[in-house]
Amino acid sequence: MEALKLRRQKEHEKFERSKGKSGRVGKTWKKDIGIIIFLSLLGTFMLFPIYIALVASIKPVQEIFINPPKLYAINPTVENYEQLFRIANNSWVPFSRNVFNSVFVTTTATVLHVFFACTAAYILAKCRFPGVRLINKIIVVALLFNSTATYIMQYMVMARLGMIDTYMALIFPLVADSLGLFLMIQCIGQVPDSIIESAKVDGASHLKVCWSIVMPNSKPALMTIIIFQVQKVWNVNAGVFTFNEAYKTIPTVIAQIAAFGISMQGALGAAAVFLMTPPIIIFIISQSQVMETMAHAGLKE
Amino acid sequence: MSEHTDEAVLPREERRVSFAERWALIWRDMKLNHSCYLLLLPFLAFFTAFTVIPVVMALPIGFTDFNMSNFPPNFVGFENFYSLFVEDDIFLIAIRTTLIIAIFTGPISYIMSFLLAWLINELHPALRTFFTIIFYMPTVAGNIYFVWQLIFSGDSYGYLNSIMASLGFGTGAIQWLTDSNYLLYCVVIVHLWVSMGAGFLAMRAGFQSIDKSMYEAGAIEGIRNRGQELIYITIPTMGPQLMFAAVMQIVAMFTADLVGRSLLGFPSTDYKAHTIMTHAYDYGWVRFEMGYASAICFILFLAMLISNEVIQKVLRKYINN
Repeated sequence: MEALKLRRQKEHEKFERSKGKSGRVGKTWKKDIGIIIFLSLLGTFMLFPIYIALVASIKPVQEIFINPPKLYAINPTVENYEQLFRIANNSWVPFSRNVFNSVFVTTTATVLHVFFACTAAYILAKCRFPGVRLINKIIVVALLFNSTATYIMQYMVMARLGMIDTYMALIFPLVADSLGLFLMIQCIGQVPDSIIESAKVDGASHLKVCWSIVMPNSKPALMTIIIFQVQKVWNVNAGVFTFNEAYKTIPTVIAQIAAFGISMQGALGAAAVFLMTPPIIIFIISQSQVMETMAHAGLKE
Repeated sequence: MSEHTDEAVLPREERRVSFAERWALIWRDMKLNHSCYLLLLPFLAFFTAFTVIPVVMALPIGFTDFNMSNFPPNFVGFENFYSLFVEDDIFLIAIRTTLIIAIFTGPISYIMSFLLAWLINELHPALRTFFTIIFYMPTVAGNIYFVWQLIFSGDSYGYLNSIMASLGFGTGAIQWLTDSNYLLYCVVIVHLWVSMGAGFLAMRAGFQSIDKSMYEAGAIEGIRNRGQELIYITIPTMGPQLMFAAVMQIVAMFTADLVGRSLLGFPSTDYKAHTIMTHAYDYGWVRFEMGYASAICFILFLAMLISNEVIQKVLRKYINN
């Protein structure tokens, strides 16, 4: 009996010890170090290509053909960036036009998407009317059919509507992205009904409620869908729906330069850095808001 | 939440209403809520034109020989589907490749996202942010496939070959991207590299939003280690995020195409990296045989819907236990 008691006591002590300071079981600094080492190794794999792109962009031409290839630049230069603009300017349309196209298409598609998705999400999350359940179900199924899966079928629709070779072909397919709407519906569902009701009692219309109550109350979600949309549109290859040089965006130009082969890696690296910097910065700035939104991104039922 | 909800519900429970009466009620309800429809209209218009119609029209167009110029196209019945499965050898290769990529990247990256999200969550908040950004970075950086071409390059400028040579195992340069023995591995690796997307973020957020008191309660109830914590507390509360991530994973798996095409060029050696989506691209974009491409897309959509149903059912069963 006495022995059993002692053993119980020992077990309990061991358990208490395993909880540590944070009150969680099995949490020790040794494990944390292990996790950090493991994540760092995997993180190196994730960052390696991005690092190589960065290095390629500052390597002078002479160093590209050093054998074996170096993981750093001996004499870093900015001449690749100058070369990129030179090549791009020597093509049929000036590079500034491509930059303008990218910025214009991204801004328009994002603004339209955010505005339409927000009003639609408010209606779908907070109003009850015939058909609302069906539409909600369709939106969830449509998460499967994003634009990469359907772009060949979309081509036929656009050809029928006469949109090929216009800005519309670049903007319109991305406006009604189901992922953004889904995230918005989930987050607006968290907005308390009482404040919406009180606004309605004051005689506000649906649009007014959406604009002045729902949107300010779901800022993290708005930020998140803006980020996802910017990423998506910014990287879209315009060569798919437009054939006219005047409508091509930066990724299309980069794909064209890439066709020159390995000797162009400097310019390609410069272009890649140029292309990936804006979305990465936007993501880093707003990552806490993204996490807050994604917490609601679950499929229930 | 509309103020008209009650009016619509009341008569229904009073007595059995006839079909016509019910429709009249629904119609009245619709008229009362016309502003809702009006606000839905812009999104739904774009959504219908660029998502619903393309998906729904895949089957009807798949029954024709439409090639962008013969309007109206001829009805050819099941000919497209017949030749896909019986005559088109490359389509069978494409199914095989898609399955290989799906099996290797799908479960691995799904489990990896979960594992990474879990491990990251154990760390200090500042480190959490840092690692989340690092793992999500490839998805943001996106189209830098030329870097992978540099890494896998078969000549003396390839990083992988040079690293292998300096470590002492090289029996000569390996043509990673053109040798049909290796190129599929390269595609899988790059797929894994970009696979920490929205699903990963959802899982990260899911871990972050779990109530800490649940763990304390668990510790009192007798949970002894992190493994038990994971199985009895974490996974059940993460259910919705896990399902969402599964959908994202299915999309990424079945629409695998761009990575292979950007990395290896089109077509790849021996059609080794030829996926169903690449096949659809071939017929839709290169040859403009839209009827045939639609048939391929229809099969792809069907496969996605079915596997989604199956995976959601399995996950739901597991999570609810």
